[in-house]
Formats: sequence, structure tokens, C-alpha cells
Amino acid sequence: MSAGDEIEALIALMARLPGLGPRSARRAVLHLIRKRGALMAPLAAAMAHVAETVRECARCGNIATGDICEICTDPKRATGELCVVEDVADLWAMERGQAFKGRYHVLGGTLSALDAVGPEELGIPRLVARVRDEGLGEVILALNATVEGQTTAHYIAEALEGTGVSITSLAQGVPIGGELDYLDDGTIQAALRARKAF
Amino acid sequence: MDWQDHGTILSSRPHGETSAIVEVFTAWHGRHLGVVRGGASRKLAAVLQPGSHVALSWRARLEDHLGAITLEPLKSRAGVLSDRRALLGLNSVCALASFTLAEREPHAALYAATEPLFDVIGAAHPGWEVDYLHWEMMLLDELGFGLDLSRCAVTGSREDLAFVSPKTGRAVSREGAGDWAPRLLPLPPALLGQGPITAMELVQGLALTGYFLENRIAPELGQRPLPAARARLIDMLSR
Repeated sequence: MSAGDEIEALIALMARLPGLGPRSARRAVLHLIRKRGALMAPLAAAMAHVAETVRECARCGNIATGDICEICTDPKRATGELCVVEDVADLWAMERGQAFKGRYHVLGGTLSALDAVGPEELGIPRLVARVRDEGLGEVILALNATVEGQTTAHYIAEALEGTGVSITSLAQGVPIGGELDYLDDGTIQAALRARKAF
Repeated sequence: MDWQDHGTILSSRPHGETSAIVEVFTAWHGRHLGVVRGGASRKLAAVLQPGSHVALSWRARLEDHLGAITLEPLKSRAGVLSDRRALLGLNSVCALASFTLAEREPHAALYAATEPLFDVIGAAHPGWEVDYLHWEMMLLDELGFGLDLSRCAVTGSREDLAFVSPKTGRAVSREGAGDWAPRLLPLPPALLGQGPITAMELVQGLALTGYFLENRIAPELGQRPLPAARARLIDMLSR
């Protein structure tokens, strides 16, 4: 049954969001309409505001509503450590963990031979310049444990040679709650190589 | 339509929110693509990494459909992730196979040479670079641009072969080259089985195969540039 052109258009737009299909989008729109005062209007206003102000941080590539993001402007985070991540989603994941108190650099992707993504597209020269300019003590390569992620990590490590900065990467191995029986061969190999004194 | 085979993952890219389109170099069905349902899951993430050896089953309603692939891991080559040089080698093999091989065209002999190459690269076995060079020569051969290093194209002699003709891919002796020598490609003696290969000869050999990949194969494939992964490997080996 049609709900009118405007509402159908809204449902079609919602259905394009990750995790939503046409049926769930319809349910979501119906819920918004029922709560239009308490939810729909503030949501629309918030979306309009963010759409107008959101941009990429000129320093780190994070998303922000100003030219420089909050992490880059926070003086407490000037620890001399820079964490290189592939994507903003990875930055958010690191922030959820609350284990890292330094600053970030978001690449926006990984080197990919098949998709013709090279160092220039990822702004690696910009990263090297940043490391030199800010006089950092350590660069942590927090890239995915995939072939493309690690190819990019090795490339960055090579590009940073000569800057004098200490380069580290996240450990690879058994995840919290992981059972050896269910781990793939590669993870077990990596975990064994990275074993430490107990 | 359905078949079972085994092969090595060349690439994988997301398809929708939960699936992936994988490209596999198979033993009997060549380079083949298909959708892996649930391919975006954490469970399958490690299996779908380039270089993973898998058993696969392909199924489609019609032969020319993309089809769905279900796969099981046979061998992980994730050990390569921590080795910069070997990782570049693995990337280059996957990228070149993907770039040059026609889809669904079997290359059983090349496959038989590729699996051991993936194994030595995956184990970062010393000297895998030489195997890689021989693999590139075999790739050229499979694609119809094989180098003929058996005798001189000019004199027919088997002695003092020092060059390769960029036009025909045939060896040329010093005597046969004469004044044309500067226009010919240098032939590293190690490619003729004359002693162990040096680092310089390895790079010369890759320049030789690279010439034919770039000037003979790439134009046939729509003038696309050779994969950057190969250039990065050669850059590393040149140092």
C-alpha cells in the first residue's frame, strides 16, 4: 500500500542506509512519524546541521564540524604519539577502547593494487610531513591484519625511515574470549610468533 | 551448473552488507569469480585473504552467471603479513594473475607452478625471488609471449647468448647482435642456467619480463598500466 509520494521517497532513502532494507526502513519511518515531535523534528534538525557543518579535519583526516577536530585541538592529547588508522570507524573503535591518549592520522583507505589506490591517494607524503613537523616520538600503525592493511603498514614504516620516529604496530594473536580450537591457522601462527614471557 | 575445485584467493571485495565477491585462481577452472554469502563476516575474513588456499564449490543456474561460491580453508598463508618483502611478492603474484589471466580460462600448468610459489613466499623461504622470476617467464609463456632463450635468433648459435630481442623475445648472441646491441634487452646469464643468480641479474630478469608484460600483454588488455604491486616489489628488490 502506498503511503504517499513524499513518505515513499523518505522510505526509499532510509532503505539505503546500512543495516536497513525496504521493510525495516518502512518500520523506522512509521516510528519517526508517530514520534515526530519528540524524535523526527530533532533528528531532521540534527541531520541538517551536521550535513552543513561536517568536514574532514585538515590535520588528521577525522570527521569534524570545524576545520580541526576536537582530538587535534585537545592539548592533553599532545603526548608525542600518533596512531595511524585506515578509517574513521577504526578511530572510533580505538576511542571506544579508551586505551590510547594520543592523536590520530586517518588514511582513508589502504594501498590496493587492483583498485589503483597508491600512496598519493592515501596522503602518505602528508603523514610523513606531519611526523617531521610535529616532532613525534612514536607512530603506532593500527592497521587491519589483512594483506592490504599490512602492505600499507610496511609501506608507511619504510616511508618514515629516516625521520627518527619510533614505529610500532598493534599485536596480532588470540582475541579476548578466543578459543584456540576456533582460531584460523594464520592467527595461531601470528600469536605463536608474538609470544611473550609469562 | 556446479563444480568443485581448489585454488588460491587473488582478491576479495565487499558485495552488499554481508557478502563478498571473490576472485580465485583455480586448478581446473582458471581465474574465476563468484559471490560468497556471508563473506563480510569475521568468520570468513581470514579465509578470504589473498593467498589463502581453499577448496571451493561453485554453483549457478546458468553457466554465464556470476554464481555463488562456498569455500573451506585448506592452507593459510597469513605468515607472510609480517614479512615486508614476501608480502610484496604475494601481492605481485595475485595482482599479475588477476591482471593478465582471462576469466574462466584454465591454466593448469601455470596453476601447478603458482601453488608452490605461494608456498615458498608464504614461508618467506630464502630465494623465493628467483622462483618468482621464473613464474613471470612461465606466465608470459602461458599468454603466448614466451621467451625463447635456446639459441641465437640471428646465427643459430647456442654460445655467448647475451641479449633478447624486444620484438620477438628470442635470444641473441653477442656476435649476432653486432651494432644492434644497444637496442636489445640484456639477458642475465643466470636465466640460461649459468651459475647462481645475483641481485643485479634478478632485477635485470624482471626488467626483461616486465618489458614484455608492459609492451605485449598490457596493450592486449586495453592499455591498462601494470599493477603497482609489481612495481613496488621491483623497487624493493632493486635496493
